[in-house]
Amino acid sequence: MNTTATTSAEQSFQLKSASVSLTALELYYFENAQFEADLRDKISQAPGFFKDIPLIISLDKYQGPDRELDFFKIIGTCRRHNIHVIGVRAANDDQRRLARGASLALLPGGTVKEKPAPAEAPDTAPATTADSAPAPEIASEAAPAKIISQTVRSGQQVYAPEGDLVILAPVQAGAEVLAAGNIHVYGPLRGRALAGIHGAESARIFCQSLEAELVSIAGHYKISEDLQDAGWKSPMQIQLRDDVLVAAPLDRA
Amino acid sequence: MAKIIVVTSGKGGVGKTTTSASISTGLAKRGHKTVVIDFDVGLRNLDLIMNCERRVVYDFVNVIQGDATLNQALIKDKRVDTLYILPASQTREKEALTRDGVEKVINELSETFDYIVCDSPAGIEHGAQMALYYADEAVVVTNPEVSSVRDSDRILGILQSKSRRAEMGQDPVKEHLLLTRYNPERVERGEMLSVQDVEEILAIPLLGVIPESQVVLNASNQGLPVILEEQSDAGQAYDDAVARLLGEEREHRFMTAQKKGFFSRMFKGG
Repeated sequence: MNTTATTSAEQSFQLKSASVSLTALELYYFENAQFEADLRDKISQAPGFFKDIPLIISLDKYQGPDRELDFFKIIGTCRRHNIHVIGVRAANDDQRRLARGASLALLPGGTVKEKPAPAEAPDTAPATTADSAPAPEIASEAAPAKIISQTVRSGQQVYAPEGDLVILAPVQAGAEVLAAGNIHVYGPLRGRALAGIHGAESARIFCQSLEAELVSIAGHYKISEDLQDAGWKSPMQIQLRDDVLVAAPLDRA
Repeated sequence: MAKIIVVTSGKGGVGKTTTSASISTGLAKRGHKTVVIDFDVGLRNLDLIMNCERRVVYDFVNVIQGDATLNQALIKDKRVDTLYILPASQTREKEALTRDGVEKVINELSETFDYIVCDSPAGIEHGAQMALYYADEAVVVTNPEVSSVRDSDRILGILQSKSRRAEMGQDPVKEHLLLTRYNPERVERGEMLSVQDVEEILAIPLLGVIPESQVVLNASNQGLPVILEEQSDAGQAYDDAVARLLGEEREHRFMTAQKKGFFSRMFKGG
């Protein structure tokens, strides 16, 4: 856990983690004329929405033969309607090879989010991994918050690798909660909480009672000893300001 | 189908075996056919507290390994006739408890018993995990001090993730908090955590509070489950706990310091 990020003035760029919400087109089979007709039909329902949007093709539900998958035709047809295909979520190696041939990015995962529940962390939030059973052909996806309603006990770890983490129960001493985004704890926070673990410096930690062993945002951390004077055992939020972790009472936020 | 109750704590020396002996005796006394299994292979104690150490021929590991039948290994209690004890092996290691072996024994016991009480060894390793794996309910024995509370929290996490009910996605193991060695005077002096402190941290329902008492030690040394000391605070507290385990509503007792009366102060110099 490093406390500072090294940035040199010489560098031409810096890599930052970013999460954006994308539209996925879940393809069942591909026949160009039918595809274009369906696409035109969809766009006519909300022309503004589809203008210049990035799109990914999801092949989890694809049932046609792989040889009929002509990505060049798909890209071309979408282009004609001002939609930009940027990547593919492939289900097998053949599909991946075809996508690579068309210079499309390969995206991991399927429509049903895998449960990245680490050891001993009971996933009590089936709602967040809702099965998109009657899946619409075009579905918008944002990284959902992971919601935990059960006490996180000593020795347990709960990890939200994409979005926020919301815990409606205590986080006990010896437990650890981690999230790519913000962390909300609506019980006493007695364990360790690490927000913005992929480097999101805007991430914050909110808790009903700050009794933490450690809090961390994007690698900057404070231990219990340093938190004693800052609203100990009261509702607090922790954020990063000019590379310094600042704890402020929630009611004066 | 028998109900399987594990008595566990994480930390050692908090009163698991004392509790297992009293709870199983209490259930049996109410007419339920009960067996108590000692899972503490290598550190056998339950037989001493149940006063049957001289009658151990075969043990739990012998049954698992097929060297003896259950009927050969089960010891019938001399005081309560619906109570049986399955002793642990003193000469083996905890790894002798295999998941399949334990399951076979528990399934066989389930056919004839109403309650199976599993006395867990301390720690969170293999032995403790075997003891809690098949549990329907858990009695988490905790002393009113910080390290015991943290270990109890740890074992609650394991109950919620590594029990059969958790792995099969069934209803979670029903958890009960049993606070033992409770001394209201020391709580008032700030030397011990209060019931409210422990309940607030662990956030599970309170089954009972067993007061710290010399009677518990005496009973253990005599090989008598303390619940049979019916006149004592500790015995009555265990009886209350068993009643609550069976769904009865009973008010919690022995949680406040006894105010010494005027006369006892005058005449006993208190």
